[in-house]
Amino acid sequence: MATLSTDISDTRDGPWGQTKVLTALLVTAFALILAKAIGILPEWLNRIPEAAIPPTAQVLDAIFNFIQNDLGLIYVTRFIAEGPLEFLLDTSANLLEGKRRWPYLGPIPWSAIAAVAAVVGYAVGGWRLAALGAGTFIWTAAIGQWKIAMQTMSVIVVAAPLAFLLGLVLGIAAWKYGWFERLLKPILSVLQTLPFFTYLLPAVIFFKVGPTAGAVATITFAIPPMILMTTLGLKKVSPEVIEAGQMSGCTRWQMLRHVYVPAARTEVLVGVNQVIMLCLAMVVLTAFIGMPGLGAKLLAMMGSFKLGRSFEIGVTIVLLAVTLDRMSKAWVVKQPVHFERGTPWWKRHQISLVALGLFVGFTLLAQVFPILAEVGRKQHLSQGKEIDVAIKSFLAIDAIKGTTEWLRWFLNVKVLIPFRNTLLAIPTPAFILLVVSFAYWVGGRKPGIYAAIFFTIVAFSGWWDRSVITLYTVISAVALATMIGIPLGVVAARSNRWSKSILLACDTAQTFPSFIYLIPAIMLFGVNDVAVVFSILIFAAVPLIRYTIIGLSNVPPEMTEAADMSGSTRRQKLMSVQFPLALPTMAVGFNQAIMFAFFMVIIAAFIGTQDLGQELQRTLAGTELGKNFVLGLNVSLMALTFDMAISSWAEKRKRALGLD
Amino acid sequence: MSASAPVISAKNVWKLFGPSPESYLKSLPAGRSFDEIRADGYIAGVKDVSIEVARGEMLVIMGLSGSGKSTLVRCFSRLHDITGGTIEVDGQDIMSLTERELIELRRNKMGMVFQSFGLLPHRTVLDNVAFPLEMRGQDRYDRRERALEVIKLVGLEGREEYFPRELSGGQQQRVGIARSLAIEPDIWFLDEPFSALDPLIRREMQDEFLRLQEMLGKTIVFITHDFDEALRLADRIAIMRNGAVEQCDTPDQIVMNPATEYVAKFTEDVDKARVVHAKGLAKPVNGHALEGAPINGGSTIHELARVLVNDERILLPVANDKGVVTGVLERDTALNVLLGAE
Repeated sequence: MATLSTDISDTRDGPWGQTKVLTALLVTAFALILAKAIGILPEWLNRIPEAAIPPTAQVLDAIFNFIQNDLGLIYVTRFIAEGPLEFLLDTSANLLEGKRRWPYLGPIPWSAIAAVAAVVGYAVGGWRLAALGAGTFIWTAAIGQWKIAMQTMSVIVVAAPLAFLLGLVLGIAAWKYGWFERLLKPILSVLQTLPFFTYLLPAVIFFKVGPTAGAVATITFAIPPMILMTTLGLKKVSPEVIEAGQMSGCTRWQMLRHVYVPAARTEVLVGVNQVIMLCLAMVVLTAFIGMPGLGAKLLAMMGSFKLGRSFEIGVTIVLLAVTLDRMSKAWVVKQPVHFERGTPWWKRHQISLVALGLFVGFTLLAQVFPILAEVGRKQHLSQGKEIDVAIKSFLAIDAIKGTTEWLRWFLNVKVLIPFRNTLLAIPTPAFILLVVSFAYWVGGRKPGIYAAIFFTIVAFSGWWDRSVITLYTVISAVALATMIGIPLGVVAARSNRWSKSILLACDTAQTFPSFIYLIPAIMLFGVNDVAVVFSILIFAAVPLIRYTIIGLSNVPPEMTEAADMSGSTRRQKLMSVQFPLALPTMAVGFNQAIMFAFFMVIIAAFIGTQDLGQELQRTLAGTELGKNFVLGLNVSLMALTFDMAISSWAEKRKRALGLD
Repeated sequence: MSASAPVISAKNVWKLFGPSPESYLKSLPAGRSFDEIRADGYIAGVKDVSIEVARGEMLVIMGLSGSGKSTLVRCFSRLHDITGGTIEVDGQDIMSLTERELIELRRNKMGMVFQSFGLLPHRTVLDNVAFPLEMRGQDRYDRRERALEVIKLVGLEGREEYFPRELSGGQQQRVGIARSLAIEPDIWFLDEPFSALDPLIRREMQDEFLRLQEMLGKTIVFITHDFDEALRLADRIAIMRNGAVEQCDTPDQIVMNPATEYVAKFTEDVDKARVVHAKGLAKPVNGHALEGAPINGGSTIHELARVLVNDERILLPVANDKGVVTGVLERDTALNVLLGAE
């Protein structure tokens, strides 16, 4: 890798060549470490003294208070929360779960919803999606989780359309006005790396506890990709389509309404898919601010170690995620098909009519057969206890127990704790220098400078040790994930059939709300550091495997053929042709793995960690908005450092290889 | 405005791409070449072009990719704002139009066909063709009626409800042509309309296009990179290179008297006898004693081959399509063209 990155480095570096700068950085770092080891390092160079740390949190608190109370923002937000937003949420809650609010119609019988889901599934993707749609809702009702699932859904059906609309409008604005896009871009990248706990507290403070705060946090969380996809789609509209619109005499509004937005349909719909999936992921997590629903139930069940019920709720969440994902993706690829001239009206709208018919039919039937309206407490098929017993006795089998316990001991005592202690022992300036030299070596000058700025801010935030622990967890988990993920990807990429099914599995796994990954971790390892690392590991391995396969299978066939004809062995072909060409793509996967890890490590606070996530979770109980922000920003800055370095390397490399 | 006034009149038109083209153009010394301008960091899309298009004429702009032909036609329709010079359409300076006036001009006078069709993927054939009518606010029945009329004209009856992606390339371009004709434009721009089609379909579409043109008699600016296509369709051809017009003349003149070496390279391999018409080769009568039946000036030398070989007159009278003698053709010259020996 060293040769790879030097041969594309900026040649304009002049006398400050890359190697020289790197050497200087590393020598200083090691000198500092050495000085500490022999005990001559002054304490103020080891850790930044308390006195030097600015009271950022207090200042931020003062600012927030000013905006909130003196400028009266809280009245605006509370008005939105108690007015239109609460109205929408109450309406959806009434319809789906029967909350006693206007329009007092609900709850809609589960059978009617399942029937409509089947028809929608059929309309976008044929019988298989119809079965998936109906199956998901039947399972949910039969297992006795209908009400909590609908509590979750009632927030999604409000949050997703709102996030879509806001994202679309902002996306159009960013595309239209260059300055707005330049303003928005850095905010979006911070938003995308900000831990979700940081979304929750302001939402609670400004929009009061309960579904409204949950909905606001969810919407904020889901908007960024919608903005990005909208802008991307609009930029990609073919110039001839635009000119055709202009030559047809479109006004500006007509251009937007009839030409740009419809022509960007695919990207906009991909944005819709992402909005829905992020909404689901976030709604589950709003359990942490006490929002009822699937997430809250799962949290409670895992907290009391009821593995059977946790498992069942996990299945429901996964089914919902897969259904929503598949259906919205099928909608993306679905293209309009014409009807022959003279097709009667009812035939053109056949599908809508069938959906309406089934809906009305099942609603009426449910009046006669109550089981179709609601599956009662005693009627459901939950096997929570039995599964619980089964899982626990499986884990108690000597061989299994022995393995997991040995793994736990080995990882903890031999790997994780020594590694953590080493990282914590490094003096702060040396640590920053090491990170900077990594960013500089991988990404070049700009990422190096940003790394220096970002980590210095982290150092002066007053949460250095916690940040280092967060980083340690992320690095350990990603390192382990790389060791497992890349070989797995390489093996899978060998055969078409395997890579297809593994890719499908990865795509599916990526739709699961991150919370789900905690279930197996807790099952296997209980509540400790290893479980944390394990949950992050599986979460982060997914993009690694995925991009390894994609990278390897996207190597142009004429190049592998050339390697074959040069008489290279499989191993030679892999090492000297496929890997070099696939590396930029694999780097994207690696980058995503790190981002996922930063995301997951915060959630793992639930298991019990000593890092930033734990502190963040504590802030949720109070009103320390300033502290919450500082902590969140620390996570975001560390994540951004890696993101910038690795994506800049991948981009440069791709350009150098002409793979764009 | 008299009937003979040009429909489009471009004078010293410049279109520069770069950081601040207007001020650069002001400081630009005369006679700077394309490459020198490029060295200054600007691309001369259109370089000092003056050209006129007469009513009912078909002007073909021919050039290789990057020669500026598409840029020039986009200046005519003001899809690009020009950097310098003037362009008048029906005597009106189009650079002085407000956005509203420009929209009105396009809604009523101009139609354009694009190389990769530029169809709206989410609309049916009918809705695509009716699109310009919808934009100018015509009511649903009116536009449906008119759209069906043009769809029939381009031979796509029965496909009204199809979506663009359900059609072949040739059919998609028919939709593009129908759309550009829906508003009954006076001026018809076609930007390499047949280049994306395979050769057989291209030939068929050219015939179709000639048939339409004969019926409609519009003022046409047609862009192509295919010299044979240009010869086949044009009243006049403008050959462009590096943003400038190398030569603008009738096909006969271009083939017989290429103005520059660059133009000559295109004409080298052309079978001149199939391009040059008798009237193009004829000289003024100037008191020559003429006898016998005149030959038709509208025929190509190739079409006259049998006559030229068998006739023994040294000088042949040439008549226009009304039978009036307009010139005289030296049989020897014509035979030289026919035999490819100049």
